[in-house]
Amino acid sequence: MQNARFSSTRRYVATDDLSMAVAAAVTLGRPLLIKGEPGTGKTQLAEEIAEFLARPLYEWHIKSTTKAQQGLYEYDAVSRLRDSQLGDPRVHDISHYIVKGRLWEAFTSDVQPVLLIDEIDKADIEFPNDLLRELDRMEFYVYETRELVRARHRPIIVITSNNEKELPDAFLRRCFFHYIRFPDAETMRRIVDVHFPNIKKDLLAEALEAFYRIRDVPGLKKKPSTSELLDWLKLLLAEDISPEALRATDGKATIPPLYGALLKNEQDVHLFEQLVFMHRRTTR
Amino acid sequence: MLIRFLSLLREAGIPVSVTEYLALLESLKAGIAETSVDNFYVLARTILVKDERYYDRYDRVFAAHFSGIESMLELLGGAEIPDDWLKRLAELHLSPEEKAKIEALGGLEKVMEALKERLKEQEGRHQGGSKWVGTAGRSPFGAYGYNPEGVRIGQDSSRQRSAIKVWDRREFRNLDDSLELGTRNLQVALRRLRRFAREGAAEELDLDGTINATARNAGWLDLKLRPERHNTVKVLLFLDVGGSMDDYIKVTEELFSAARNEFRHLEHYYFHNFVYESVWKDNRRRYQQRIPLQEVLRTYSPDYRLIFVGDATMGPYEILRPGGSVEHWNDEAGSIWLGRLLSAFPRFAWLNPQPESRWEQVPSIGVARQLVEGRMYPLTPAGLERATRVLNAR
Repeated sequence: MQNARFSSTRRYVATDDLSMAVAAAVTLGRPLLIKGEPGTGKTQLAEEIAEFLARPLYEWHIKSTTKAQQGLYEYDAVSRLRDSQLGDPRVHDISHYIVKGRLWEAFTSDVQPVLLIDEIDKADIEFPNDLLRELDRMEFYVYETRELVRARHRPIIVITSNNEKELPDAFLRRCFFHYIRFPDAETMRRIVDVHFPNIKKDLLAEALEAFYRIRDVPGLKKKPSTSELLDWLKLLLAEDISPEALRATDGKATIPPLYGALLKNEQDVHLFEQLVFMHRRTTR
Repeated sequence: MLIRFLSLLREAGIPVSVTEYLALLESLKAGIAETSVDNFYVLARTILVKDERYYDRYDRVFAAHFSGIESMLELLGGAEIPDDWLKRLAELHLSPEEKAKIEALGGLEKVMEALKERLKEQEGRHQGGSKWVGTAGRSPFGAYGYNPEGVRIGQDSSRQRSAIKVWDRREFRNLDDSLELGTRNLQVALRRLRRFAREGAAEELDLDGTINATARNAGWLDLKLRPERHNTVKVLLFLDVGGSMDDYIKVTEELFSAARNEFRHLEHYYFHNFVYESVWKDNRRRYQQRIPLQEVLRTYSPDYRLIFVGDATMGPYEILRPGGSVEHWNDEAGSIWLGRLLSAFPRFAWLNPQPESRWEQVPSIGVARQLVEGRMYPLTPAGLERATRVLNAR
């Protein structure tokens, strides 16, 4: 099946690199592993691919306690045990207690689906290894009902990782990989255009400058990212802040208004205030 | 087809396998990359490289292979060295004999020339193996406290801007952090740090326990739960770079890349010779981006294990006196800062790459050892074993 090449949509700006990576993954049917700074749109990518190609999206969000088996199916032994104690007739058919996981659901989809495995690095270190065969062959075996589940259409799989753990080599071999870089100023402008088409040019210029200046502050624990910038712009627009209020070139450096949207922890805010204070003292 | 490119990638230490090579051929056949080199660059990277820390090496190999350059030497032609600090450092660190040697070479200007030459040689030999340029330990420049990370190597200034290709910009250089080779034995010892503490909430059904309890209950269901296993170890790593440590950077690096795989949280900071009021996280920007030690102290919780890696070989005044630092004026002595660190993170150890037999001969090692309450261990698997035992003690 030939798909149109994924590119930027009206809500999402994809660089050429990214489109190429997606095209390769879709064409060759390999999972695409996406890494990058938090807030650069890794998770959103899967949603956008699904919408662009008009495919159903299955999301599987991974937590530190998630097991690979949960993505396939779970055998709800506890409720079967309870039913048996209560004398429920359902107890005789084991398939009543097989609960389908996200992977199973994606495998049985009528059209080729998009499957998002979000933040795979959150799970146990063995988690990716437990999915090798499933991602390779797109099939798995249900021991309880002696049934082989095979994907009707090979799903487009997008996997995101925040680099909290190393992923095993055997797993990486089976994936394609793309690292979403923090957007440069030009790409950032395109991203903002997509989200706020009517933003005033001068406000945007000032806001972007203030944003990159804050990102350059050394030692921030969490640098503001794209999603924080978008939130901040939303606030600026809602409050109708004038571009002049953002300007800091006259030496009297000020803290940008509503900076709470950009800096997310008190140490960073504190550090930033300190720097601004010092700067004021030296320029006075 | 492309086999030479592939073997170059492998030589550069990027783990590329046959599977990936075949996938690349398949994708070329499918016509994804069309016919431009830029497209091929992205496509091959997507398929062959699985970690952003290899992006920089990939860029270098790509540049070398596809612009027909026989070796890497030409790429590294424009090494830029910030003259002033090199001079300053050289003056601070040189012994009389070394000064005489410099005179023999024809003054500092000549030394810098020679240094550039040396850089070329060494990069040529390593061919992308490691980001530390002057790590051989045989380099006469090691003694100057010369830190290769501070040197910009690349062609950004020596070529016209417009002609620079993506792979020549080397934007991923800073992500290249690992040297997996030979870390096996260190890793074994570090694994001891993984304390599979059964802490936290009950989460997992204990099937055996449940069956047992239910049977004892005469068939009446009695569910048993047990806590999940977590790897709870968090580590703060302080690495000594520059100066007398250059000889040991290779060993340090091996430890570092071993450590990366092992912990839930691993934060690293660099210092030079001894900890003072500020440290840094990015060696390339050590002069611009310093992080106050106070910030480190209040950022991390006391359950972080603190590990120093340093040879502690210096003048004892560098530890004990205010203003003792060789690089800047420090208002408070290094020993005071170290004391603050140790009281903030009560589980700590110091790993020293110097052989244990030499510790007695170096006064500053004795001082440092006293300050860390004797918890100094050699940087060997056995030493690590002892260190991890201390780190695990409650």
